[in-house]
Amino acid sequence: MRTPLIEFRQVSKRFGHNVVLDSVDLAVYPGEVTTLIGRSGEGKSVTLKLIIGLLWPDSGEILYRGKSVSRMKRAELKHIRREVSFMFQGNALFDSLTVQENIALPLREGFHANEATIRERVEQKMQVMDLEGTEEQYPSQLSGGMQKRVALARAMVTDPETVLFDEPTTGLDPVRKNSVLSMILSNQRDYGFTALLVSHDVPDVFYISNRIAVLEEGRTIYQGPPQDLEQKEHPVLQEYVNSQEILRNEIYGLQSSRFLERAFAGMREDPERREGALLVISLPQYQEIKEKVGQLMVEMLLGAISRAFYKVSQCGDQCKVARYGEDRVVCLCEPGSYDRDPDKVLQGVASELGSMDFCSSGVRQGKASFSVNGGWDRIGSHKSLFQLVQGIEQQKRILGSISCKGPD
Amino acid sequence: MSFSGGILPLSTNLFALLGRAVLAVLQELGGILLFFLRALISIFKYPFQVNKIVRQAYFIGAMSVFLIALVGLFTGMVLGLQGYYSLTKFGSEGVLGGVVALSLIRELGPVLTAIMIVARAGSAMSAELGIMRITEQIDALFTMGVDPIRSLISPRIVAAVICFPLLTALFDAVGILGGYLAGVSLLGVNSGVFLSQMDSLVVLSDAINGFYKAFAFGLLVVTICCYQGFYVHTRQGGHGAKGVSMATTSAVVFSCVGVLITDYVLTSFLL
Repeated sequence: MRTPLIEFRQVSKRFGHNVVLDSVDLAVYPGEVTTLIGRSGEGKSVTLKLIIGLLWPDSGEILYRGKSVSRMKRAELKHIRREVSFMFQGNALFDSLTVQENIALPLREGFHANEATIRERVEQKMQVMDLEGTEEQYPSQLSGGMQKRVALARAMVTDPETVLFDEPTTGLDPVRKNSVLSMILSNQRDYGFTALLVSHDVPDVFYISNRIAVLEEGRTIYQGPPQDLEQKEHPVLQEYVNSQEILRNEIYGLQSSRFLERAFAGMREDPERREGALLVISLPQYQEIKEKVGQLMVEMLLGAISRAFYKVSQCGDQCKVARYGEDRVVCLCEPGSYDRDPDKVLQGVASELGSMDFCSSGVRQGKASFSVNGGWDRIGSHKSLFQLVQGIEQQKRILGSISCKGPD
Repeated sequence: MSFSGGILPLSTNLFALLGRAVLAVLQELGGILLFFLRALISIFKYPFQVNKIVRQAYFIGAMSVFLIALVGLFTGMVLGLQGYYSLTKFGSEGVLGGVVALSLIRELGPVLTAIMIVARAGSAMSAELGIMRITEQIDALFTMGVDPIRSLISPRIVAAVICFPLLTALFDAVGILGGYLAGVSLLGVNSGVFLSQMDSLVVLSDAINGFYKAFAFGLLVVTICCYQGFYVHTRQGGHGAKGVSMATTSAVVFSCVGVLITDYVLTSFLL
């Protein structure tokens, strides 16, 4: 069994009456990227500060390479601090020092390196971080993204064994955010350091992390590989996993596919509710629409289908409209909840869509026409939701089409 | 005697309040003393921070020269004028040189120099350290394995110990020149009498005592100003920019009061 590089055992920390960490367990393994996620105020930054020694725990143990930090001598603690770098959320750059002096500071003050070594290391890091030409500038003269890169260069200049990143992408635009995350990952691959990252960039951090730890109400509710996180049923974990989908669905008034699965199972198991109907509207040319018109158009289209379902069926809470997969919206209706024939509901949805203008800006190339398919079936007791949806789609019933003009 | 209710008598509440206030003051003083001792011990740790000391000496000393000279000149001139009119009443205007020099060297020189440095450099130190604290620059130093007290406070203390006596000497010299200009050039006191009285009334111990005071004020002012800025985050009811402004105000007020109290204590011992 591997020994964690950093380990928290039942660590608690409170500020006055506010319990920030409550018996937290955490393991960070050498050479890996571990990301700590959690809502604001859950103690993520406090966790990093406990590791570096800026704060001390009220109870519990923090181990570094299997040895309790609280039992270490001052010299040992100093040695650990030389191995660990910290990148602050607000960068913590010295505003009265130039970029070059900021990056050189840990070498000059902490390591007392000679000037030739300092010059060489600083130049190399500035080159890696694409900061050439900013040597004599002050942090206030740089953009937010460049300041982050300076902070990153300063955190890496000592070639640390462990780097703690406290929300390294906060306040950055999506392009710069991606570039900072990829920079962290590429540096981690090149230099092999252990990284502990506090971030809100879900799901982006799932792709760069070997392990994820989730803090909720002062406790670690999950730690393990990101792919295992998806399988967990814990509602908070599911919120993180599906955070983008949840937002998108909330904007367009759609339920999640997981919610739909549960509602469907409930109806199928109840003999009185099996007579309910499942209506499906899909976009068979989903990929083509995405390529020619864009993802946003697809999202708007699915959102419009959802609204049209509610409007036409007039079944209110008795219907659950959800996104099922990337390219379809399904409507699960309780028996007796729809006064109108499902076929007429589908036709009504199609005519609602026909009156909308989805691609006013046109397609990227030529003209295009996209079909909208739809169908329905009773829920019954034999088929799973997936099988039922597949069966309906095999009918290949075209409800209508959306035409987009070419570029002006 | 027992109290059945939750409300204590007024006298008990007053004692409790007084006790809390005394404890808070003692805690603050203890904190300042420990802070000073840590900084003092760090001065002697290798490698010595010569560059930082020179930079701080430039900031505290060289950049205060004009202000100190200006204040010294006018203080000396006022002393010359006031002294002349007071001494004339007793027919003793001849001792003007001695009076001006003694007042400056023993009291006004060290005290006014310290207060001027508090206003110019002490407040700036407090604000700078306060901003460094709230923007996590001090925490950043710690994470780099650098002792922030050694790196930020010790050089300032050494620089203050060097600069305060030198600036006090400058203040005294320019002040005496001001007194000479007012007494001799403007009011017609004999130049030889002015200088000879100064020579006969001022002894070496006056100058040495003046420098002891300057030395003590240097330590006091820098410690108080740095402490206020360095621990701005622990201040009750003041965070961020407001905390820094409160710390700067406290630094100036406490330093000035501290200088005057220390001056009294030192004078009573040195006289």
